[in-house]
Amino acid sequence: MTSSEPTITVSGVSKRYGARYAVREVDLALAPGECVAMVGHNGAGKSSLIKLMLGLTTPTEGAIRVLGEDPASRAASHVRERIGFLPENVAFHPSMTGRECLDFYARLKGVSRRGNGDLLERVGLEPEAARRRVGTYSKGMRQRLGLAQALLGGPKVLFLDEPTTGLDPALRQSFYEIIGTLRDAGATVLLCSHALTELEGQADRVVVMNRGRKVAEGSLATLRTLAQLPVRVRLTLTLPEADMAALAGLGGTPTRLAGGVVELVCANDDKVDVVRRVAQLAASLSDIEIVQPSLDDMYAHFLRQEAAE
Amino acid sequence: MNTLLIIAGKEIRDGLRNRWVVATTLLMAALALTLAFLGSAPTGTVGVGPLEVTIVSLSSLTIFLLPLIALLLSFDAVVGEIDRGTMTLLLSYPVARWQVLLGKFLGHAAIIAFATTLGYGAAGVALAAGEGGIAAESWRAFAAMIGSSILLGAAFTAMGYLASTLVRDRGTAAGLAVGIWLGFVLLYDMGLLGLVVADQGRSVTADVLNWLLLANPADTYRLFNLTGFQNVSLFAGTAGLAAHVQLSPATLLAVLAAWVAAPLALASFIFSRRQI
Repeated sequence: MTSSEPTITVSGVSKRYGARYAVREVDLALAPGECVAMVGHNGAGKSSLIKLMLGLTTPTEGAIRVLGEDPASRAASHVRERIGFLPENVAFHPSMTGRECLDFYARLKGVSRRGNGDLLERVGLEPEAARRRVGTYSKGMRQRLGLAQALLGGPKVLFLDEPTTGLDPALRQSFYEIIGTLRDAGATVLLCSHALTELEGQADRVVVMNRGRKVAEGSLATLRTLAQLPVRVRLTLTLPEADMAALAGLGGTPTRLAGGVVELVCANDDKVDVVRRVAQLAASLSDIEIVQPSLDDMYAHFLRQEAAE
Repeated sequence: MNTLLIIAGKEIRDGLRNRWVVATTLLMAALALTLAFLGSAPTGTVGVGPLEVTIVSLSSLTIFLLPLIALLLSFDAVVGEIDRGTMTLLLSYPVARWQVLLGKFLGHAAIIAFATTLGYGAAGVALAAGEGGIAAESWRAFAAMIGSSILLGAAFTAMGYLASTLVRDRGTAAGLAVGIWLGFVLLYDMGLLGLVVADQGRSVTADVLNWLLLANPADTYRLFNLTGFQNVSLFAGTAGLAAHVQLSPATLLAVLAAWVAAPLALASFIFSRRQI
């Protein structure tokens, strides 16, 4: 397989449970060395799509290829040696210790158990904790163990469903570092999350899902252009009263925020012009800040758009 | 093959950790020892060996107890793992679904085999130490009893697995397991007895009755142990019956084995099509 060929292709896939569609007519292609974030509400079809890609369920319509095989076929068993998966709310057998759990999964995957100690350390699970039974673990510790098992054997494809829930900020940072290393080594990473803000700067591409459908797809910059959301320009003024009248001429109503901050709303294309004129008009300007629409804002926008259609 | 052993080994370790193995072994040993000592007390003058008495009483007890233990051990095996979410993770590994099912079954069957051999074996050892001079034929019958008990346990474990793959909810699986136990262990024989009495031998001939007994693993087990060995059937009061049963012990064992294989194959078929 050459590096340009996609590792995962999803074409026209629908999954129906009774009359309800969990996934509807989704097309997707993921390339090696790419980190893609899938965002959406609970029940938007993210986990259902991952289950389809793992072959846990079979699509009602359409076809899926993961590393060249249909994941639900018999031949896919050996393909799963190169897949890592961290399910949402990962669960383990409570009577086993953390280390035993990881050893069990390593044996199933045919991976040497020698590296398991290092792997546990890498995800921040202390040797003392690894000797304890999983039944005594906190949510965060289970999540770390879950991440460790997903990383077993250096997978070519990683599915991570809500990976950072229950992790503290420091660990989140090191989690994204681990993901980054794998991606740079050529792995395809698919992340599901609704913690949208932390995905900024991590994901090469974002796929927005809603009610089983793919609503939007692209890099953060592309999505910003698509959404055409206004940019907010925040000005800190030493004498706000004096300058408010001058700013009113800029179009749009300036709003006063706490601490002498005034906010102007303008289109993304106009922001340079607005900033230039503000610098001339507002005599008491002491600071300026441009607030881009966050992923949260864009996500809300795409959902509103979808609802309106 | 290796995958099967890994999964079976995990199941056995689970059984050791949550004390299932210890509890069942102790329970079976306690019951077997009680029956061995109580049962052997009055036989001094009757001319029947103490081991035969124990075989008859132990096999009658096994029919009630072992299916119950087997079903309790197995009804949660599939539906419980799906419910807890551990199945999703397990199936994302390079394992086939039949390997998961068969591996877990082997683990559970090993637990039952261990508990039965050790528990009943303890009674045998105690009798040998206390009485001495037990004929080799009696030992063979005793060993056959232990072996067929394991097979009976495996058959009900397999049925528990079938119940566990059929339903989507642990409570339903538990209910189904209780139903299987009631049906095969209690109600079936009552129904059969009622049928024979009502029919007055018109259409339910000895042949038909034989087939009806084979349709229940518990009855097959009973036939094997009470009619398979002459010295046992003499004491059990089934010598007359044994003369009428045209089924060889080998056939009865094969039927029991089929009761293990068939539910397991069906469970594996259903599980391979299941949407997790």
